[in-house]
Amino acid sequence: MSANLSAIFYLISGVLFILALRGLSSPETSRQGNFFGILGMTIAIVVTFLSVGSISSGLIYVLIFLLIGGLIGAFIAYKIPMTAMPELVAGFHSLVGLSAVLVAISAFLNPEAFNLGFPGSIKLASLIEMSIGAAVGAITFSGSIIAFLKLQGIMSGSPITFRGQHLFNAILLISIIVLTYLLCSTQSSNFFWILLTVSFLIGFLLIIPIGGADMPVVISMLNSYSGWAAAGIGFTLENSALIITGALVGSSGAILSYIMCKGMNRSFFNVILGGFGASEQSASSGDKEHRPVKSGNAEDAAFLMKNASSVIIVPGYGMAVAQAQHALREMVDTLKKNDIKVTYAIHPVAGRMPGHMNVLLAEANVPYDEVFELEEINNDFANADVAFVIGANDVTNPAAKNDPQSPIYGMPVLDVEKCKSVLFVKRSLSPGYAGIDNDLFYKEKTLMLFADAKKMTEDITKNL
Amino acid sequence: MEIDPFIFRLSIFILSIFIGYYVVWSVTPSLHTPLMSVTNAISSVIIVGAIIAGLAGNYNNDFTTSNILGFIAISLAAVNIFGGFLVTQRMLQMYKKKKKDK
Repeated sequence: MSANLSAIFYLISGVLFILALRGLSSPETSRQGNFFGILGMTIAIVVTFLSVGSISSGLIYVLIFLLIGGLIGAFIAYKIPMTAMPELVAGFHSLVGLSAVLVAISAFLNPEAFNLGFPGSIKLASLIEMSIGAAVGAITFSGSIIAFLKLQGIMSGSPITFRGQHLFNAILLISIIVLTYLLCSTQSSNFFWILLTVSFLIGFLLIIPIGGADMPVVISMLNSYSGWAAAGIGFTLENSALIITGALVGSSGAILSYIMCKGMNRSFFNVILGGFGASEQSASSGDKEHRPVKSGNAEDAAFLMKNASSVIIVPGYGMAVAQAQHALREMVDTLKKNDIKVTYAIHPVAGRMPGHMNVLLAEANVPYDEVFELEEINNDFANADVAFVIGANDVTNPAAKNDPQSPIYGMPVLDVEKCKSVLFVKRSLSPGYAGIDNDLFYKEKTLMLFADAKKMTEDITKNL
Repeated sequence: MEIDPFIFRLSIFILSIFIGYYVVWSVTPSLHTPLMSVTNAISSVIIVGAIIAGLAGNYNNDFTTSNILGFIAISLAAVNIFGGFLVTQRMLQMYKKKKKDK
């Protein structure tokens, strides 16, 4: 296949990828969008076969490796529980990063194959693009591995910090630029390997200081990086499908990071520099006073809700941990049978990744038109009888609105306190990740339900 | 003077960032998780580079390091492609509207 013809097909698959993202503007068109994505990928792979694998015997190996990876991927996709989606996405990001690194190394070792010159005299522009692709890929890889380990609970979710961390990271970042320069001027492979090692180290160091609840930002950021890595490789290979896709994914991840940061009222740098939970926690635990709280059981909660005419459910990460989404849906079904209006309110940063709660509710067969975003539903709390907060905390804290001293001041929160009564399903009175107390716990209208979210929801259903 | 082809690729890149910007802002927040998994899947189009790396310069099955790295990259990207699209499909299937007859 001629280079021009294959370039046109790559352009087509790039356009199909744009349509794939466009489809996600509504759930109705999203399935069609996913189909466009699959089509675009198929075209890209087939065209590459036809243009390089001139029916050579190597083709069979490509198919074997493709099949091995494909089977593993398909197996994971069918087996993974929806609550583990953040880990899965982090894991997948690391694979994109690693393949970018491998392709870059391969191109560096065998530049003739990619039309980039010869070992020791690779074209300058290609060398720069290659270095960028490899460095960003390596950062994506090691960063995603750490994010994965933290989400999986293998590594502690609390931030790990050490003295001089920022300075050290800054030096490493500068050394990347220096190494790229040295690599380009000397063409020495040693600099290439050092560049890769330093990049792996940066990815690792960048993510260890970031706490568990900042994960939505981290995952979006790594999503963005994986895109930029792909684009870098796309420039090296002069492939428009890769360039288009890389740009799309890169900006998509950047936008998601922005939305997540806004949901926490923190600047991007504030999150990246990390160490949020660690410092605040020690400050607040000292002056902790014991204030009275009203705690109740499933019967009280059932009584309150049975007499309500509208209930708003506020799910948070705790619901995901307890796998309570199905039990919650059953409770809501019972409420609806009693002609009680039930809606769901989702805070942008609820859970561990963007849209985490929406997926879990969808999994439990909650129709998506009963689920609302913060701006859509916040005014309804004043007219609702009961707010049922399950596994969420900081996103309901009124301190964000009325206490300028609070570390979360200015963060958009759900106006749960405007409801006639508030039910909090929580395992204990412990503060959320921000390490701050929630005034709402001590309000007259609040009833605390101390239990496992799933068990409590099931008990309430029995009492309805 | 002729324009360097790099400039054309750069133009594609910059314009795609803008397309990405507007398209992603129109994605409904409830689909942000599928958005991440599908962007994950499509960024694995890097498999194109992996296939070239795996096959290029190899005519009689004497594989170089470069080829072998390519093969490994093919597998890694394939995990992502199949895993990413299928899990997105699985998620999207779950998003249902309220039944009309109620």
